[in-house]
Amino acid sequence: MHTQVLIIGAGVTGLGLARDLVLRGISCIIVEQGDINSGASGRNHGLLHSGARYVSSDSEVAAECLEEADILKRLAPQCVEETGGLFVAVEGDDERFIADFPGLCQKARIPAQSLDIQEALEMEPCLSQKIIAAYRVPDATVDPFKLALQNFCEAHNHGTKLLRYHKVVGFKKAGNRLISAHLINTETGAAIFVEADQFISAAGAWCGEIARMAGADMDMLYSKGSLTVTHSRLSNRVINRLRKPADGDILVPGGTVSIFGTTSLRMDVPADVRPTVREVDHLVSEGAAMIPGMENVRYIRAYAGIRPLIRSGPDAGDRSVSRGFILVDHAEDGIDNFLTISGGKLTTYRLMAERTADRVCERLGVCKPCRTKEKPLPVDPAFEWTEPGLAPREWIKHPDHHDPLLCECEMIPASVIESVVNAFRSQGGKPSLKAIGLRTRMGKGACQGSYCGARVTSHLCDRGDLTGLEARKELRRFLQERWKGERSILWGGQLVQSELKEAIYCGLLGLEM
Amino acid sequence: MANRAERSNYELAIIGAGIAGLSAALFAAKEGIETVMVGETGEILFASGLLDLLSVHPIGEGKLWDDPWAALNALRNDLPDHPFSKVSPAHIRTSIDGLLEFLSEQNLPYRRDPDRNVEVVIAMGGVKRTYCVPETVWNGVQALEEKQPTLLVDFEELKGFSALQIATTLTDRWPGLRTATIPFPGGRGLQYAEQLARALENPESRGSLACDIRACLGRAQMVGFPAVIGLYRTREVFKDLEKRIGVPVFEIPTLPPSVAGLRLRDAFHGGLAAKGVRLFPRHRVAALRYELNSNFILDIEASDGGKTLSAGAVILATGRFLGRGLRGDRGRIHETLLDLPVFQPQERALWHRHDFLDPRGHGISEAGLMIDNRFRPIAADCDPVHPHLYAAGSVLGHQNWVRAKCGSGLSVATAFAAVNAFLTT
Repeated sequence: MHTQVLIIGAGVTGLGLARDLVLRGISCIIVEQGDINSGASGRNHGLLHSGARYVSSDSEVAAECLEEADILKRLAPQCVEETGGLFVAVEGDDERFIADFPGLCQKARIPAQSLDIQEALEMEPCLSQKIIAAYRVPDATVDPFKLALQNFCEAHNHGTKLLRYHKVVGFKKAGNRLISAHLINTETGAAIFVEADQFISAAGAWCGEIARMAGADMDMLYSKGSLTVTHSRLSNRVINRLRKPADGDILVPGGTVSIFGTTSLRMDVPADVRPTVREVDHLVSEGAAMIPGMENVRYIRAYAGIRPLIRSGPDAGDRSVSRGFILVDHAEDGIDNFLTISGGKLTTYRLMAERTADRVCERLGVCKPCRTKEKPLPVDPAFEWTEPGLAPREWIKHPDHHDPLLCECEMIPASVIESVVNAFRSQGGKPSLKAIGLRTRMGKGACQGSYCGARVTSHLCDRGDLTGLEARKELRRFLQERWKGERSILWGGQLVQSELKEAIYCGLLGLEM
Repeated sequence: MANRAERSNYELAIIGAGIAGLSAALFAAKEGIETVMVGETGEILFASGLLDLLSVHPIGEGKLWDDPWAALNALRNDLPDHPFSKVSPAHIRTSIDGLLEFLSEQNLPYRRDPDRNVEVVIAMGGVKRTYCVPETVWNGVQALEEKQPTLLVDFEELKGFSALQIATTLTDRWPGLRTATIPFPGGRGLQYAEQLARALENPESRGSLACDIRACLGRAQMVGFPAVIGLYRTREVFKDLEKRIGVPVFEIPTLPPSVAGLRLRDAFHGGLAAKGVRLFPRHRVAALRYELNSNFILDIEASDGGKTLSAGAVILATGRFLGRGLRGDRGRIHETLLDLPVFQPQERALWHRHDFLDPRGHGISEAGLMIDNRFRPIAADCDPVHPHLYAAGSVLGHQNWVRAKCGSGLSVATAFAAVNAFLTT
């Protein structure tokens, strides 16, 4: 297999890069050890930063966020909800930090409007009566899955191939150049080699490992962040705690739910991470200071991701490492055709892709300008179903009683599952519950897969997509995957749900045997 | 009858309307005890209709037993705190026999091999080991054992049931399975088992269904359906369909909420009322109070207003989290009516394992009430909380019914034991 550019990692940066490159006429292959957004791209707040969070720590990042958020709002409105955001301080928060905030925002040209307390409480009734300052900023939310999927759709339509469940295990080198990447299919164990002119690592937390395989060195830090998902949406706007960035200080609406985070915990390796009971309890109590209802609301999930941070300068804690991105040219390590793009924010993914693509073009001798700054992101309707509330809205418009709702929490009918499976197949994917879950809201409601897992599996068997034996294996994988996010929030109503789930899948179906 | 409806004092109040509560009411009524049963019937709708006794022990090893009585003996030796270990084998047998006799009287007969677990094909292609099955399922047990050429039928719109899934799961074990997917007679887009079961009460629907089935019968000697053959007059509906098709028929248990649960609920309600049990099946006990040496007071809640009852003794058959007998908050697990002491893991981090399907089961599953040998919840000092307060069913601790596959058997046997303890006080 040969391509001009091999991109390692199908997070939003890698996919955005593929789109940018194909729009400049450059061919790419993307290799990914899981599926789209398996790493940090799929495990974040979904916050489109106005930049206000970074005005005190990193004015460059703040400025990048402001500009990129504006571009995304214009060019990818299907992925963005312009919620607006608030910064609020509560009794006991650092007064000096509060006093400096408006000036710093002004300097960064981020519009921050001071609100009186009563006004803020009326805008967001969930806020604590003990807030002492409030500002309104142009924060927004972005659906990271839709964004990634839509970026890939355009890249795919221009010929980009995505090798899912393929892991890079090594490179073949000749002199100062990488010749090919050695990949292993993690499902079948089959090996393939992809030759390329340029190799780009957009592997997030795995950038260090990839660089080492290529014979280069990257000094990475791994910071684990956990987030919780509430059953209903608590606020209309993004709510930030007006203090120096710390644990549990951002609440982001995610369509029909709210997402609250994060924690910051140093990890030695970027292995499989899961939120813990302790982290969740910590988040609940931190959140309650700003939003008292967080003590009593129903949580349906938690998840954890790893922030890949690049070490620079003395260690002053992971919160103080820059959230800016870095493009590393490994020519310094003696490899002339290998770049690493790392760090950064979801908000700035497009800019990261642009800068990387500029460098790739320079090396390939292609003089075409970046088009992602002006060209709207096309809408592919087969990959819109990650949007919360879209399936119910469509269902209510055209209810069809011959089209059963396979997922009742999120109201996903069989026809939607089928359209996603068909579109996914046309992109070379083999339908699995996990793949469908990533491309729809299936399994994301209160039942967390108790019913929809079984129903979608049966439906896929009926269609001949899976045999019964494959379905059993699939269901096991799907349930184990969902469980990672359930285990730490199982009390109250969600504990009841998990008991039912175990009664069905173990008591009746014996999947543990 | 009018007088009885106004009555407010009973010898025994049973709280909970799952298998344990219903069985306790049955055993109490048989003994002529003046009994009231209060509880929302939601939970029984989650019953699969199969009556498990015990098929896995020890759960960590996943050891499967053909003989449930031998399994119970092994469990008794290994787990002295297990509620089963507090019921004599003879009483376990008597309790099951009593329940089966009652269900048969109610025209919902069950079949079993008295000394052996059987295997039955269920939705999703699972093969489940269980003890007693509804008569309508029994042909399927034999068909699986003898690998008879069989036609499995499913309906186009019915959710969560695929005949093809079952057949392609059992390819090696049961090669003679063929499948047919047909539109349900009437073509009204019925998606739930309950709707189909109700529709099949109509002879015209059965006639049209039988006609469709005969057309694709081929060499099949049996026909398997999802468990939707009748709801109110199941036996009659089943026999009629069998006659119309011309070969033996069987039902395959579906995922909850199932028709089998509805049938059980109706059989119990009809039968218990006839035996003189006062039922408050859509009511919830909002509060339970007592003073030592006096009656229990139950404040009960319903959409049509509240009531207060009193009783000399109470059996808690309130179930676990789904039944609302237990409640977990971030700190610990509580018993919901009296805040009784609950056996439980030390902290929430130990409630659940990292893998959902961990063969050892989750710590929280063993949480529940601690009881003395007379099925009375005990306090920290090991003395009963109240001399006439009993507990039965899944609210009991030191057991994991989900993994041991002993849910119904445990509920029935402990209900019997609790009633028996009340009688011999």
